Amino acid sequence: MSSLQSLDVVARSATTTPPPQARTHVAEVAKLIDVSKCIGCKACQVACSEWNDLRDDVGSNLGVYDNPADLSPQSWTLMRFFEVEPEKDKLEWLIRKDGCMHCEDPGCLKACPSPGAIVKYSNGIVDFISEHCIGCGYCVKGCPFDIPRISEKDNKAYKCSLCSDRVSEGIEPACVKTCPTGAITFGTKEDMLEHAQQRTVELKERGYANAGVYNPAGVGGTHVMYVLKHADQPELTGLPRDPHISAAVGLWKGLAKPIGLAVMVGAAFAGWFHYLRKGPLETPEDATEGEQQ
Amino acid sequence: MKSPQLQRYSAGQRSNHWAVVTCFVLAGVSGFALFHPALFWLTNLLGGPQWTRILHPYIGIAMFLLFLGMFFMFVGANVWRKEDSAWLGSASKLISEGNAAKMPAVGKYNGGQKLVFWLFTLCLIVLLVTGLLFWQAWFAASVPIPLQRIAVLLHAIAAFVLVLGVIVHAYAAIWVKGTIGAMVRGTVSAAWARHHHPLWYRDQVAGKK
Repeated sequence: MSSLQSLDVVARSATTTPPPQARTHVAEVAKLIDVSKCIGCKACQVACSEWNDLRDDVGSNLGVYDNPADLSPQSWTLMRFFEVEPEKDKLEWLIRKDGCMHCEDPGCLKACPSPGAIVKYSNGIVDFISEHCIGCGYCVKGCPFDIPRISEKDNKAYKCSLCSDRVSEGIEPACVKTCPTGAITFGTKEDMLEHAQQRTVELKERGYANAGVYNPAGVGGTHVMYVLKHADQPELTGLPRDPHISAAVGLWKGLAKPIGLAVMVGAAFAGWFHYLRKGPLETPEDATEGEQQ
Repeated sequence: MKSPQLQRYSAGQRSNHWAVVTCFVLAGVSGFALFHPALFWLTNLLGGPQWTRILHPYIGIAMFLLFLGMFFMFVGANVWRKEDSAWLGSASKLISEGNAAKMPAVGKYNGGQKLVFWLFTLCLIVLLVTGLLFWQAWFAASVPIPLQRIAVLLHAIAAFVLVLGVIVHAYAAIWVKGTIGAMVRGTVSAAWARHHHPLWYRDQVAGKK
């Protein structure tokens, strides 16, 4: 995507100064995916390809319903199918629409070394600005959800943009518009959380005692949330239980940067001042043989 | 009168050294650019951000291979001996007082130089191995992400240690007068050799007789 909304950028990769902060009354948005209503029709995948002008290569059948087999630079969202037994002898077929979670604290943005290649808008959407992307793959290491994919054609990172171009015009993402069962809804984060709570109550009444909302606190909450039938076992559909930015990435992109730089500059200055104060180590003119013996 | 000169480095050794320096500067500049946003402007020196990302790993591999040549040429003279420990024990005095005549007698390299040699070797091995693990163009797609996260952190730490080592290495050469000529013209004065590396001087003189 192109950055046409610079006033609405609240976080920008590899940038140490504050972004523009004039606009203060932008509502945060969220997409809510109700796993219990999903029928796995893949209409969202098609709508995503249509709107974003993406065409993935025709792959091969791996013996499961997942098609394509994984997210790719041309497939920004994907239905993943799971045959699980949440309780013994109770088989369930769970389907989860996978894609970028649009974290409040995005690991990709933290890891990115290229200024402005990843931005977070004031409405919460995390977007890759391809013209600034250098293809290093650091976002892949930063992401707790294994979402960004690097294209081998152009060495750029790609992922769901939450249709930031549509949302900026006040319309919902393409996947939301096309979903035939209403499993995907879109609105302000506040409204979506309220809606999710209602759905949780309904699911509990239907016997799913552990139904709940997936809006993980470890990444500050997300702007794509799930209603899960088994919120106590998010792993059933491949979701991390407690996602957070890895400690290695946190150290690498946190303390290591300023401290590392300061120590290196300090070492160079230490040498310079040592020379100023002590002078060079000269070889004495009259160094006589035997003085070392 | 000019002191007689001793050959310290051959033309091949000098060329190898400065080829490694060139790679170090280019890899360092591009690495710094991607390490801290304040240094991102350094990407311009390598032709822009994309070219920096493309070139950095190849420069790094060239540096490793060239360093390998130096390693085998110099490893024999860098085996640790007990006089090196004694020298290192007195190194802080040398730095504060600047009297080399009081230091324990050492061979071609003193304890500090040997430490730098082995530190460079270790850092370059770590940089090579970790760098390959998250080299996006070739290998990263087939390396587990948790392993890549460790690799990027270790890569940064090894680079940091290497840069500190190079600062010590370069400053020592500037500080100790008569040293830079060894790596530029290949020679040092006999007085320099006797003063700073008496055991090496003794062997050189003995070898000539």
